[in-house]
Amino acid sequence: MKKGILLHDANDDVGVAVMDLKTGEEIGVATLEGKEVRQIMLVTDVPLGHKVAMTDISLNQHVIEYGREIGYASAAIAAGEHVHIHNIKSLRWAASTSKLFEK
Amino acid sequence: MATYQDIPLTGYRRENGRAGIRNHVLILSVDDISNATVEGVSRLVRGTTALPHPYGRLQFGADLELTFNTLMGTGRNPNVAAVVVIGIEPKWTEYIVKGIAETGKPVAGFSIERYGDLKTIEMAARKAKEFVHYASELPRVPVKWNEIWVSTKCGESDTTSGLASNPTVGRVFERLEKGGNTLIFGETTEVTGAEDKIMENCATPEIAAQFKAAFDDYQKLVESQGVSLLGTQPTEGNIRGGLSTIEEKALGNVEKMGRCTVVSFLQPAEEPKKPGLHFMDSSSAAAEMVTLCCAAGAAVHLFTTGQGNIIGNKIEPVIKLSANPLTVETMSEHIDVDISGLLRFEYNLDGAADRTMEMLARTINGRLTSAEILHHDEFVITKLYRSS
Repeated sequence: MKKGILLHDANDDVGVAVMDLKTGEEIGVATLEGKEVRQIMLVTDVPLGHKVAMTDISLNQHVIEYGREIGYASAAIAAGEHVHIHNIKSLRWAASTSKLFEK
Repeated sequence: MATYQDIPLTGYRRENGRAGIRNHVLILSVDDISNATVEGVSRLVRGTTALPHPYGRLQFGADLELTFNTLMGTGRNPNVAAVVVIGIEPKWTEYIVKGIAETGKPVAGFSIERYGDLKTIEMAARKAKEFVHYASELPRVPVKWNEIWVSTKCGESDTTSGLASNPTVGRVFERLEKGGNTLIFGETTEVTGAEDKIMENCATPEIAAQFKAAFDDYQKLVESQGVSLLGTQPTEGNIRGGLSTIEEKALGNVEKMGRCTVVSFLQPAEEPKKPGLHFMDSSSAAAEMVTLCCAAGAAVHLFTTGQGNIIGNKIEPVIKLSANPLTVETMSEHIDVDISGLLRFEYNLDGAADRTMEMLARTINGRLTSAEILHHDEFVITKLYRSS
């Protein structure tokens, strides 16, 4: 089993690809201590440095990385899917002067 | 492979008991118009380190105090053996001299009015020569790990920073904290989204409140300018690298604190009073932040980078870490510790921390950092507002 995803915290909703990952690949997920904790099937391509959903995430659900909220799902996300600005948004922006930053 | 614990450390014992890892004789400007004199002395006398800068005239209030504290703190830093201070007039010059003299190290002040540049250069050069003789005979002596104050900051961050190099510094800091080291981190605005995590790690509610007040002040300052940093964070480069939100970037940033407890909140350039991890109110601009750490007394800096920040400091050696495989290949002359192997599962976080501590030990013992060799002598005073 190829290890290709690192987790900051074992219970995070998302992990980080440490190499370019392709749809359909079964990839090992490890913690920073080097321990492999699970596997996941990629349902989209995910480039190096980008995030992969470890679990199904429903619309508006808060997303956990580093054991903390990094934003909310602006679309439903499937386990094994690429997670980025197209499907998660900052909670801080929503709570502050968000109009300034809408593209 | 020898591990870091096996490496005996040496350094310079200063008059006040502090341990330094470099042995500079500093020629320090009080103000911008004294820079020519400072550089004149430095050119005449081998073994001196000139520290010119663009400020020091007609500043007032907290802004003036911060400039003074930065200059005095840099002179007080244990990497400095002796200091020649040069200013345009005697009063402010003497103020800086006194602040440095408290440490017991040799220091002398010269002011240019009523002498001119050339006579001042001669007088100051004679004193500088005497100080270089003194410093050159100081021996390296055994020092302990916990006597070396260490600061940290990240710059040009990407996902490899939050994933690998920042947690590596966090693991190093956990070990150093356990050993009783004095540690400094900061970057008041760039922790937006992770401020709760810092507050939770503060030793007391009072420290958390001090931190939060400084954090809120900064947010208000940004808002008062009719702009918001949140619009520029994360940057387009961050996003290309996989960072999606400011919270995610901030949480990656504060990985550098590891699981350490924040034992005090420091004003910019303020010296820590006890061992442990200290949060210093500071900008996230690399050269400003490292200059403040140096002024607070840190002897060596761990700087993590993703895309390749090249910062250095004249007095406080900056050790550069990166886990980005592209950066360590294309900018290898700037990187002291390559920990990209962490992302290839060649070693775990403890392995990366071991590599970093080995480089820390070698740097303490005299190995010049990439930034020192490449003349990255950045010294940038944080300006709080315009002068009168």
